[in-house]
Amino acid sequence: MDFLKDPLKVAADWLLGILAGWGMPDLWAQVLIGFLGVFILISLLMVLDILLVWIERKVVSRFQSRIGPNRVGPFGLIQPFADIIKLLIKEDITPAGADRVVYNLAPILSMASVLILWAVMPLAPSILGVDLNVGVLYIIAAGAIGTLSIIMAGWSSNNKYSLIGAFREVAVMLSFEIPMLTVMLIPTIFAGSMGVAAITQAQDVWFFFIAPLAAVIFLIAAIAELGRAPFDMGEAESELVSGYNIEYSGMKFGMFYAGELLHAFTFGGFWAIMFFGGYRFFGLEQVSAFLAIAVIFFKALVGYWIIMWVRYTLLRIRIDHMLAFNWKFLTPVAFVLLMVTAFMNALLTDTLRIESGSVLYVAIMFLSNVLVAWISLETARAYSRRARERVEGPKIAEAGRS
Amino acid sequence: MSSWVYVGFFLVVGLIVPIGAIVASWLLGPKKPNPIKQSTYECGMETVGDSWVQFKAQYYIFALVFLIFDVETVFLFPWAVKLGQLGMFAVIEGIIFILILIVGLVYTWRKGMLEWV
Repeated sequence: MDFLKDPLKVAADWLLGILAGWGMPDLWAQVLIGFLGVFILISLLMVLDILLVWIERKVVSRFQSRIGPNRVGPFGLIQPFADIIKLLIKEDITPAGADRVVYNLAPILSMASVLILWAVMPLAPSILGVDLNVGVLYIIAAGAIGTLSIIMAGWSSNNKYSLIGAFREVAVMLSFEIPMLTVMLIPTIFAGSMGVAAITQAQDVWFFFIAPLAAVIFLIAAIAELGRAPFDMGEAESELVSGYNIEYSGMKFGMFYAGELLHAFTFGGFWAIMFFGGYRFFGLEQVSAFLAIAVIFFKALVGYWIIMWVRYTLLRIRIDHMLAFNWKFLTPVAFVLLMVTAFMNALLTDTLRIESGSVLYVAIMFLSNVLVAWISLETARAYSRRARERVEGPKIAEAGRS
Repeated sequence: MSSWVYVGFFLVVGLIVPIGAIVASWLLGPKKPNPIKQSTYECGMETVGDSWVQFKAQYYIFALVFLIFDVETVFLFPWAVKLGQLGMFAVIEGIIFILILIVGLVYTWRKGMLEWV
């Protein structure tokens, strides 16, 4: 029973007992067990990554009305293993004139930035890599290393299209960090802490119901952060022929590709944690840690599915439209939402003494979010209508409006 | 042990795993460099001009605007953490702070600093 609830502690204590029996000093034993735990988690993540390649390819093929890989194993399940083997045995071509150190470091940092994000992903009430009290800020900071790796890849490739792709991609990633940070403040306000465990524990009512617009803005900003379509300036398959990873071959490209998929899954997980209750599911997580892991895995998969859905449905947005969308629409809306949420939260809990978590609270917060969304969309629509009228002439716009 | 030591473990293992994969690829792959293979890719043509093209100044402007709002958001994090216990007065204070910075955003918008061209 104890093992089901807290498997890591049981296993760690058992190992500690064995190592102490062998005469290892306590500190070394703890360090070794720490490393071992991290190593096991990251190995499981790499296996998950391979599974995600399969999921991605099957889903994209179903969206495009084709079957996808189905030759290599049952339902094509062995396909990603075949891909990994192919990438491993490919020749590692370094372009002439490339900046060697930076060129080799970029894919490593790209993958590392995703792997260290799992330090703050709560998988179960008792399984959390590190319960940092600045968990949310850590997510942003670790993601920034990924942004750095893209500019490193673009710069060191000695290829002007790679450089342009990297510049654009990093401009988009930086720009969309602002609404993401702003919207991440909203679960922080509700939970009273930046730590991910506290945010998960505070979600008796999922934060999605209290702040749905925040969840939507976070999703949009996260898709832009990931560098996936419709914001994939960096890859832009039809424009820049692979963008910042033109000159990468073999496993280095594999690191970028697999890192991107794992990053998408990780952000599906963070979306689930911040807005959909994380590993919580009506008390199921109290029964066993493994059930909690299954719950959060499922929720992250749903988030990943939505991210894939958006990718394979929408067209790529032009770079100036992307940046205008961010700075002129998303950032003001995110800030207005933050102000409204903070104000309504204080109004309801402080002044009107409505219990936070009650139906009235949830309903009022939900409605205030819907109001902010509606007002911002109407403002955007009026603005674009005015811009269209300036261009087309009032008569034509009148005919279009009726 | 302090919790940040585990972050250090994650960093070390997170660096070792991709390094291991790339080293495995280096060991397993053939190594036959020749000048054609190593030439820069430009859709099958010979490259025209320098690879390190001129840095468009607009990227710098966007980075500056990002910096301002990033620092603002980082300042807002402690405010958000303690908001539950501080009551309406702190909320109004925070709103005034955000409004001042939104005025900054409107200023950059009207000055044309958010245009791409």
